Amino acid sequence: MPERRRGVTRRQVIAVGFTLLGLLIILGNFAELGVEPTVTTRLTFGIPNLVLELPTALSLILIGLVWLIAGVVALVPRLDRLGNWGLWSGVALILPAILIWAAAGKQTNAASLIGESLRLATPIALGALAGIYAERSGIINIAIEGMMLTGAAFGFAAFVFTGNIWFGVATAVMLGSVMALIHGVLSISLRTDQIISGTVINILAIGVTGYLRRQFIVDSSGGRVTLPQISVPLLSEIPIIGPLFFVGKPIFFTMVMLVLLTHVVLFYTRWGLRMRAVGENPKAADTVGINVIRTRYLNLALSGAIAGLGGAWFSLETVGSFDDGMTAGKGFIALAAMIFGKWTPFGAFGGASLFGFSEALGIRFQILNVEVFDVPVPTQFLQLLPYLVTMVVLAGLIGRAVGPAAVGKPYDKQ
Amino acid sequence: MAVEGRTPEPAQPAGFRAFWARYSPLFVPILAVITALIVGAVIIGITGGDWLAAYIGLWQGAFGSPRALANTVIRSTPYIICGLAVALAFKSGLFNIGAEGQLYAGAMCAVVIGTTLKLPPILHIPMGIVAGAVGGAAWAAIAGILKARTGAHEVINTIMLNYIALRLTDWLIRSRQPLLLGDPLDTSSSRTPFIAESMRLPNIRLGETTALHAGILMAIILVFLVAWFLNRTTIGFELRTSGTNPNAAKYAGISVPKTIVLAMVLSGSLAGLAGAGEVMGVRYAVSTDFISGVGFDAIAVALLARSNPIGILFSGLLWGALLTGARLMQVRAGISIDVIRIIQALIIMFIAADQIVRWMYRIPQRKPGEEVLISKGWGG
Repeated sequence: MPERRRGVTRRQVIAVGFTLLGLLIILGNFAELGVEPTVTTRLTFGIPNLVLELPTALSLILIGLVWLIAGVVALVPRLDRLGNWGLWSGVALILPAILIWAAAGKQTNAASLIGESLRLATPIALGALAGIYAERSGIINIAIEGMMLTGAAFGFAAFVFTGNIWFGVATAVMLGSVMALIHGVLSISLRTDQIISGTVINILAIGVTGYLRRQFIVDSSGGRVTLPQISVPLLSEIPIIGPLFFVGKPIFFTMVMLVLLTHVVLFYTRWGLRMRAVGENPKAADTVGINVIRTRYLNLALSGAIAGLGGAWFSLETVGSFDDGMTAGKGFIALAAMIFGKWTPFGAFGGASLFGFSEALGIRFQILNVEVFDVPVPTQFLQLLPYLVTMVVLAGLIGRAVGPAAVGKPYDKQ
Repeated sequence: MAVEGRTPEPAQPAGFRAFWARYSPLFVPILAVITALIVGAVIIGITGGDWLAAYIGLWQGAFGSPRALANTVIRSTPYIICGLAVALAFKSGLFNIGAEGQLYAGAMCAVVIGTTLKLPPILHIPMGIVAGAVGGAAWAAIAGILKARTGAHEVINTIMLNYIALRLTDWLIRSRQPLLLGDPLDTSSSRTPFIAESMRLPNIRLGETTALHAGILMAIILVFLVAWFLNRTTIGFELRTSGTNPNAAKYAGISVPKTIVLAMVLSGSLAGLAGAGEVMGVRYAVSTDFISGVGFDAIAVALLARSNPIGILFSGLLWGALLTGARLMQVRAGISIDVIRIIQALIIMFIAADQIVRWMYRIPQRKPGEEVLISKGWGG
């Protein structure tokens, strides 16, 4: 519904937001300026002897000034280019500002925060990729959550029974696919409403995984072993970037490669072109000889496999056990990341990073014991941060993000 | 002269077949349940359980004694009311997965009224009910307004609101500094204080037990109220029209964004009522493990009844019976309660894709145009 509302553009809303935020921060920190001893924030970057020591109040006031100026400039008509620059630099300053504020009087590692964000973004990015494969071929996949949960549970069960963790990962991938095929039979062949069919998968996943856990895994002692850490030779030696991108666990690396691969597949291969054709205009695709039903089934199975891998991230890469509902809504957040990224792999990865960051930030706040109005921020608030960010992102972007045209409609060859 | 131009009646196949071809579509939900139970039995058998003992246990646990029956009815009440909530949204073209969050919001509001005010029951009970409805309505309105204003899909937003409601409730109950809604006397800090006696729903005697509370009466009244509202009022008509055909609704002068918000508010107020009912009739407080998974269950209940309010009364009872009987089933057959979840999922699967059931029992397939279609992509 791209309706223009009351002549106020999104850009103006953002500009006003920055202006107010800038004013608020300047006023809030002004009183602290002359106070001795000066409160400082020490930022480290994972390199020995590199500590950036900033006076907290002064730095925040400077950032506030940038926001204020950027906001005001963006409100002036005919200064579009300058305004854009200002707004983007304002956005870039959000992360440093939060860190400087949260770690006032303390020391914190800025580089590792980014690393943690990327790790936490892994299942969300995988889920978003799963969403892209399904939706680009015209199937709404609200069942990513259920596929992840199934992958997490069965992957872990396979690991417990065979003792081979890689077999566990393979099982997770396979079971994700199986769930996707059930979704496919319901929504493609039987032409059930795709959201209802997805909801069925989600409920089925809760039941099957709970049954599996209580009946079979409950007191098997095989937990707490996770996938091994890998560091890429040479590249992992690079300061800052090395430990961030080239040291990690296998599913994380697979995720990064899948993002690149999906981009190539989607936009540079015949398969990707067919997938997009089927998602945009199945009738036309059918006319030129593309098998719509088969394309949809294949891509949905692939979507399930990727979601299953995302599930394995929970049980086999991070926690080392399986709990009921351990995916905790990540599958739905992944859908929001996909919409955020306008159904493109890189965009979805960006969205996933944003959600991963909001989660990492919550954990960091807990460690730093951040206080607002002299009361520590409740952990529950930090836990609900990713869900809140999801809603804000959806509300802010969905009007402008347009999905594949045929998504949600069963295909009828007549 | 000319014989009257009446076309001859098409030859009706006689007997049972004709009867089956004509009336069998009505049995689809029942057959779906039976089929799901059969598949469930197979699953129990394959995984090494005794399915017959399990099902006998299930039956006796749900209906075997007045006490069991009372427990079943108590357990069913929130599912019936939340099922109504989902059905009302369905009819308006919205998919409300947020019944759980709305139920929590309603329950918390009822607790606030129940622990702070001192009133005679005749005032206190209605106050609690209204508070529950308002709480649920407010929580659902967030998703409704976001959908109407920005087009953000209610499926994701209501799920996110569920998680947020759970975290907020957890905070309100557990926070000690400042003390919010937690009970200072409760050492594990896992629940709110109990509500005043004057706001508790009266009990109903059933056999030798008095556990049954008046909440079920509220549920039955709501069933008929919703049925009347949807089918006999102008607003109900507008909601249904914008649900089935938003374009036609727009041309008929119905404001679709307004009906979206209204539908969510009404749906949420029902779910909130369910929460208030649980507080006032069963638990008298909200604990951190209050009620879980009701969001998805409510969808199942509504789907099973094809969003028909009267049908929801029965599908809600079925849901409550399955969950209540599961305990005895677990004792008798030694299999996990979760098998019930699988059976429930199978029930919805067979309902959602009723072609399977229709094909199995030789029921005529639905004609084109009779399918439910609510997913029209993400853009609203």
